[in-house]
Amino acid sequence: MFSKKLVRFTFGLYTGVQFRSQTKAVEAASKVIIQRPVSSWTTRPAPKRNAVLTPAPQSAMSQKSIRSASQSTLDPSEAKKFQLLANKWWDEHGEFAALHSMNSLRVPFIRDNLLNVHGGRQLGKPLSSIRILDVGCGGGLLTEPLGRLGADVLGIDPVEDSIRTAELHVSFDPVLQEQVHYRACTLEELSEEEAEGFDAVVASEVVEHLADLDTFTLCCQQVLKPGGSLFITTLNKTNLSYALGIVAAERILRIVPSGTHEWEKFISPVDLERLLESYGLFVEAVRGMLYNPLTGSWSWTQSTAINYALHAVKPREAPQPDHAQPPPQPSQTEG
Amino acid sequence: MHCLTKALLTLNGGGRCYTGLTCLNGARVLSRGFCNSGAAERGESNKNENELYDIIISGGGMVGTAMACSLGMDPNLAGKKILLLEAGNKKIMDKVPEGYGTRVSSINPGSANLLSGIGAWDHIVNLRCKPYQRMQVWDACSDALITFDKENLEDEMAYIVENDVIVAALTKQLDTLPDQVNVQYRTKVVKYTWPKSYQVADSIPWVQVKLASGETLQTKLLIGADGPNSMVRKEAGIPTVKWNYDQSAVVAVLKLSEPTENNVAWQRFLPTGPIAMLPLSDTLSSLVWSTSHRHAEELLELDEESFVDAINSAFWSNDNHSELIETAGSLFRTALSFLMPSGTSARQLPPSVAGIGPKSRVMFPLGMGHASEYIRHRVALIGDAAHRVHPLAGQGANLGFGDVACLTKVLSQAAFNGQDLGAMQHLLEYETERQRHNLPMMAAIDLMKRLYSTNVAPVVLLRTLGLQATNAVPPVKEQIMAFASK
Repeated sequence: MFSKKLVRFTFGLYTGVQFRSQTKAVEAASKVIIQRPVSSWTTRPAPKRNAVLTPAPQSAMSQKSIRSASQSTLDPSEAKKFQLLANKWWDEHGEFAALHSMNSLRVPFIRDNLLNVHGGRQLGKPLSSIRILDVGCGGGLLTEPLGRLGADVLGIDPVEDSIRTAELHVSFDPVLQEQVHYRACTLEELSEEEAEGFDAVVASEVVEHLADLDTFTLCCQQVLKPGGSLFITTLNKTNLSYALGIVAAERILRIVPSGTHEWEKFISPVDLERLLESYGLFVEAVRGMLYNPLTGSWSWTQSTAINYALHAVKPREAPQPDHAQPPPQPSQTEG
Repeated sequence: MHCLTKALLTLNGGGRCYTGLTCLNGARVLSRGFCNSGAAERGESNKNENELYDIIISGGGMVGTAMACSLGMDPNLAGKKILLLEAGNKKIMDKVPEGYGTRVSSINPGSANLLSGIGAWDHIVNLRCKPYQRMQVWDACSDALITFDKENLEDEMAYIVENDVIVAALTKQLDTLPDQVNVQYRTKVVKYTWPKSYQVADSIPWVQVKLASGETLQTKLLIGADGPNSMVRKEAGIPTVKWNYDQSAVVAVLKLSEPTENNVAWQRFLPTGPIAMLPLSDTLSSLVWSTSHRHAEELLELDEESFVDAINSAFWSNDNHSELIETAGSLFRTALSFLMPSGTSARQLPPSVAGIGPKSRVMFPLGMGHASEYIRHRVALIGDAAHRVHPLAGQGANLGFGDVACLTKVLSQAAFNGQDLGAMQHLLEYETERQRHNLPMMAAIDLMKRLYSTNVAPVVLLRTLGLQATNAVPPVKEQIMAFASK
């Protein structure tokens, strides 16, 4: 088990190195970056690669400047983690398999709640003319399905490699390309220029990676149009979520890469609801989600003890929440 | 039966894992091959030339055309680019043709439902179709028989429709959907290029369809409806379990000696194979006679009078009866009639044949085949491309239309969930649901075929008793009918 971990680790680093050199080579000519980790994986014998590459990672990591690492919601170490995984987003059976299959719950959740507010407008494109911001879009796993439903979606992620993966993936579908756009930036950067610009904000499996939830919530509130919806899916902060979400999923079953989550950053639905309401976002629905590792599928459940989805609404006549003051309840997650 | 299906499914599952692995390895080797060339520009330039469709259906027969209509009319798939490719000419039928087509299908209520859902059933009724209320199946080697009928004889059990009429009706309906479905007739596909199972660098992630004209199309999902010798299936490398029955079917249009109500489908199991007479009108029926290749050729060469005699004696003759079995059978029947007074059926006699329609005698070989997988990444097989059966149960077309209904449902849901239409996740749902239905049906048909291909006394005795017993238990018959009319 240890050796597997080591191999995976060095492999990840190796991908990073290769990526950097290629970026330099093609930077000027093309916006599309070529990534082929699978092939390089097979071309060299493993021991040799270990020997050659182990000295390299430090420099590789330090040279990769992560944009806006100084921004408040972004946790630099979190960004690094996802940088290493950027090219794996679209492998449906790989590291992000659980996120792929989560679409069968979260897309209908977002779609139906939006349809309740806006009503279906066009056959085959139920979300047409609805503008959605997908915060922490990664490779675009959720951005693309929402675009296919006709929504005008902007996906943002601080990890540029993920954004490039997402852009490359959508570039093969000219129709979808008109619906879906990506930007490598943080929510704070966007909130300045896009005040009240979106009908919905989606932050799926994102808030458990953030450093500052207050700024995040404030920004969400700012970019939402009055009457707009905020959708969040995340992990609860319970003993069960620790046992299943971290111990079982990362260390034993390896459904997600080891080190993906830090339990300290998880937040319970009650705390999250309190936080959202202190910024004038009112929670409409909270539903528990359950992952079955045997079938690789998700289902709705009564219990919100592990994963849950939440829908909050910004009222049309804002009741003037007091932004100046910090929220009364200090249930903050970071140390 | 259920266990058998499960076992088969598991086997399939194993097969998929294995092929999946080999594919992956193949992909690695391939991608390594052209890693270092400037593939980025190549990808860019191809994109503009080739049209990208959401769904391409290959094959515009009954099942393929029905698929196109069904997808084109689904509200959730509105706005999707759908293309139907057919190698032959467009089949238009403005008025009812005088002569009857020799190839007919039995359309069960489930299929009729699908066809009326897509608006083609009205066209079929306006053209020509013949409902029947009863089916009688009996053995040439004994008096055993089984009848199926709807209790009140008012509901139709199924319909006999000429294949040409079905295609014409579907084509007419497809003409009303020019915005939804694009159709290209007289178009041949010369090559399919399959995508890698997930994004590898910048290789094109769609199925590429190269036409004989030199044009290349791209699609997110390719549906293979191209018949028992499916090119899609072969090029995708999907393994098939198949065998020939060493039988051919002789089909013809039969003129009855006198007009009757003609609402019964008749089928008799001869040791050489089943012979069936299916109603077309008050005075005409359709013949489907499965027999050895040699016998079929002989039948084709007979003059009309001898051919008619051969048919009549096939339905009426008792040459194959054996005394022992007859005694055993009648004893068993008497016993049954004591136990279940309503359990025996009155034997009806089939109408006698007076002549055949001009130039209506045709033969074609029979076989059975089943694709071990109905789907691959961005590929789905429907109809005979996925499964081919013996005509004895009249299920070929129905299994195909069942595929259409199921795949439409699955794709509609996928579109409403914003999914990539070619993704395995929902295609697997289609495969599981259809194999669960098709495999037991195919196994049953194959078993029937084998059971009745012999005149060895113990087997005949067994099937005689079995058939009579089945006939005596209405709930069993109802189950069979319900399963066959889905």
